[in-house]
Amino acid sequence: MIGQVLYAASMVAFAVALLFGYFWGANWLLDRMLATTPAMAGEAITRRDSLRTRIRPWIFLAPTLFFLAVFLIYPIIETFRLSLFDRLGQNFIWFANYSWAWNDATFRQSAFNNLAWLIVVPALSTGFGLLIAVLADRLWWGGLAKTLVFMPMAISFVGAAVIWRFVYAYRGPDMAQIGILNAFVTWLGYPPQVWLQIPLVNSFLLMVILVWIQTGFAMVILSAALRGIPQETIEAARIDGAGEVRIFFTIMIPQIATTILVVWTTITIHVLKVFDIVYAMTNGENQTQVLGNLMYRWTFIAGDSGRGATIAIVILLAVTPIMIWNIRRARAAEGTG
Amino acid sequence: MSSVKIRNLYKRYGKVEVLRDVNLDIHSGEFVVFVGPSGCGKSTLLRCISGLETVSEGTIEIDGRVVNDVAPSKRGIAMVFQSYALYPHMTVFKNMAYGLKLMGLPKETIAAKVREAAEKLQLTAYLDRLPKALSGGQRQRVAIGRAIVRDPKVFLFDEPLSNLDAALRVQMRIEISQLKEQLTSTTMIYVTHDQVEAMTMADRIVVLKDGVVQQVGSPMELYDHPQSLFVAGFIGSPKMNFLSGQFADPFKAHTVGIRAEHLDIAPADGAWSGRVIYSENLGSDSFVYVDVGAPEPIIVRQPGKAAHHAGDVVGLAPKVHELHRFDADGRPMMH
Repeated sequence: MIGQVLYAASMVAFAVALLFGYFWGANWLLDRMLATTPAMAGEAITRRDSLRTRIRPWIFLAPTLFFLAVFLIYPIIETFRLSLFDRLGQNFIWFANYSWAWNDATFRQSAFNNLAWLIVVPALSTGFGLLIAVLADRLWWGGLAKTLVFMPMAISFVGAAVIWRFVYAYRGPDMAQIGILNAFVTWLGYPPQVWLQIPLVNSFLLMVILVWIQTGFAMVILSAALRGIPQETIEAARIDGAGEVRIFFTIMIPQIATTILVVWTTITIHVLKVFDIVYAMTNGENQTQVLGNLMYRWTFIAGDSGRGATIAIVILLAVTPIMIWNIRRARAAEGTG
Repeated sequence: MSSVKIRNLYKRYGKVEVLRDVNLDIHSGEFVVFVGPSGCGKSTLLRCISGLETVSEGTIEIDGRVVNDVAPSKRGIAMVFQSYALYPHMTVFKNMAYGLKLMGLPKETIAAKVREAAEKLQLTAYLDRLPKALSGGQRQRVAIGRAIVRDPKVFLFDEPLSNLDAALRVQMRIEISQLKEQLTSTTMIYVTHDQVEAMTMADRIVVLKDGVVQQVGSPMELYDHPQSLFVAGFIGSPKMNFLSGQFADPFKAHTVGIRAEHLDIAPADGAWSGRVIYSENLGSDSFVYVDVGAPEPIIVRQPGKAAHHAGDVVGLAPKVHELHRFDADGRPMMH
C-alpha cells in the first residue's frame, strides 16, 4: 500500500520534472542558438529577435499539440477511415455503411430517440435549474435545497441508473410494490405498470434520470449568473413600475441570456453522447435505443468496426456545430472572443 | 406642489439603528443635498423616500400624502443610481421608454416624450445604441433621461457622479444644476459624500452623521455658522483648523476653529506661532502648513504665491470675528 503511494508520488514528481525540464531546456536552447551579441550587425539582431519571438510559442504549445494529435485528431481520422471499410476493416466499401445506416430501422429509431432526448432534456434541465435558482435565493433554507439538487451531479450515470431502476421497479399485481412510482400508482388505485417496457413512456422515464442529474449543473451556473445581475437595475425597474414577474422576464432573463444558452448547449452535448443510462436501464430494448448505445452494440457486441465507426462519425457530426457555437458563446461571455 | 415631509423617521436593520428620529421639510422645487461620511445613513434615507426601503417608524409624506405603504412606482418619484443602472440589453430609447410603456401610454406619446428628453440631454444621436457603446457621461445622461420622462414630482439622485472622472464630474455637476433651472417645479434630492458637490449645487444641505441629522441650512449658513464641531469640520475645503487645550484657553473655549483663509501670517505677535513644515503653491493661492505643537498642522491660506519655506518660524494671527468657539460637547458658544 505504502509502496504504491510512493510509486504514484514518484511518478507524479517524475512527470512534473520531465515537463519542467522540457520547457526550461527547450527555452534555454532557443535563447542559446539564436543568441545575439553586441558585435552583430543591427539587422541580424532584429532578425534573430523576431525569429525567437516567433518560435517560442510553438515550444510551449508543442506538448499539448502532440497529445491532442495522438489522442484526438488521430482517433477521429482513424474512425472515419474505419467507417469506409467492412466489418473487419479489410475491404474498402466506400459509403456503404452510411447508406446501410440511412436505411436501417434501428438506426432511424435511435436517431429519432436522440432527437427527442435533445429537445426534452436540455429544456427541462435548464428550466428547472433556473426555477430552483430563482426560488432558492428567496428561502432561508434555499442553500440546503440547492445542495440537495446539486448532489446527483456527483453520482455517475450508471449509479443513477441503479437508483432509478428501483424507482421504476415492477412487481406482480399481487405483490407489494418496491418501486416508488408503482407504489404511488397503486396507492391511487391503478394497476402497477412495467414502466420500462411501454414504448415512448420508457424513453421519457430514462430522460427524467438525465434531467435529475443535469438540473443541478444548470442551477449552479444560473444561480451564479443571477447573482451577477446588478441589483440597481432591478431597483430601477421597480421604480419604473415593473412587478416581480415582469422584472424576471424583461430585466433578469435578458441579462443572463448568454449563460442560459451556454448551459443549454452544454447539456445538449452531454445528451448527444448519452449511453450509460440507456445501457444500464434497458439496453435499448422496447424502442429506447440511442445512437451511443447502438454504436457500442455494433462495435463490441456484433464486432462490426465499420458500422460502429459510422455511427460514431454521425454522432460527431451532430455534436460539432453545437460545440463550435457553444465555445463561441462562452468566449463572447468572457469577453475573450 | 411637490413637497416632501419626513416625521420622526427611524430605520432599523435588526438591532442596528441606521436612521434616528429624522425630521425634514423639503419644499416644492427645492434642491436639497444629503451629505455626510460613508455609513451616515444618507443613502438609506433616500431609499426610504424612494420606497426601495421600508420605514421602521415615522412617516414620509410626498405632496401631502403619506406614502409609507405606497409602491415606489406610485410615489411620483424618479431615481438616478450611482451605477446608472441602465438595462444593458435595451437600447437608449428602450431604456427611457420602459417605464412609460408600463404606465400604459400610447406609443406616439412615449416616442415624443423620449425624443424630447433625448434632445434636452443631447442624446438624440445615440437612441439606437446599447448602453455599453456609450461613455460614462452619456450613460449618466441616459439615466437622467430615464428619470425625466417619468415627469416626477421628486427627483432622487444617489451619488450620481462618483463613477465619473474628475473633469466629467465638474461638467455633469453643471448640467444637473442647469436641469434644475429648467425643472422649476420638481423637487430634487441629491445624495453625495462630496461636500464640494453639496456646496456648489444645493439650495439647502442636510448634514447627516450616524443616522442623525446634524444641521440643515443653506451652504453659506453651514459654512459661516456650523452648529457643531462635526459640521464645522465636514463643510469646507481645506478642513477647518481646530485647536484645543492651551491653544484655546486665551479664547475661553474648549476648542476653537478657524478656516485657512481667516488666518494671517504675522512675523511677531500672533496668537500662535510655529514652524512651517510644508507649503503648497497652487498659483492663484497657496496653503502653508504650520506646526504649532498641536496634534495636526495648521493650514493657512495665502493669496498669490507663498513666500514661506519649510523651517521658517512664523506667527499666526486669526481674524477674531471669524473664529468659531466650541464647548466641551462640540456645541458652538455665543460670541
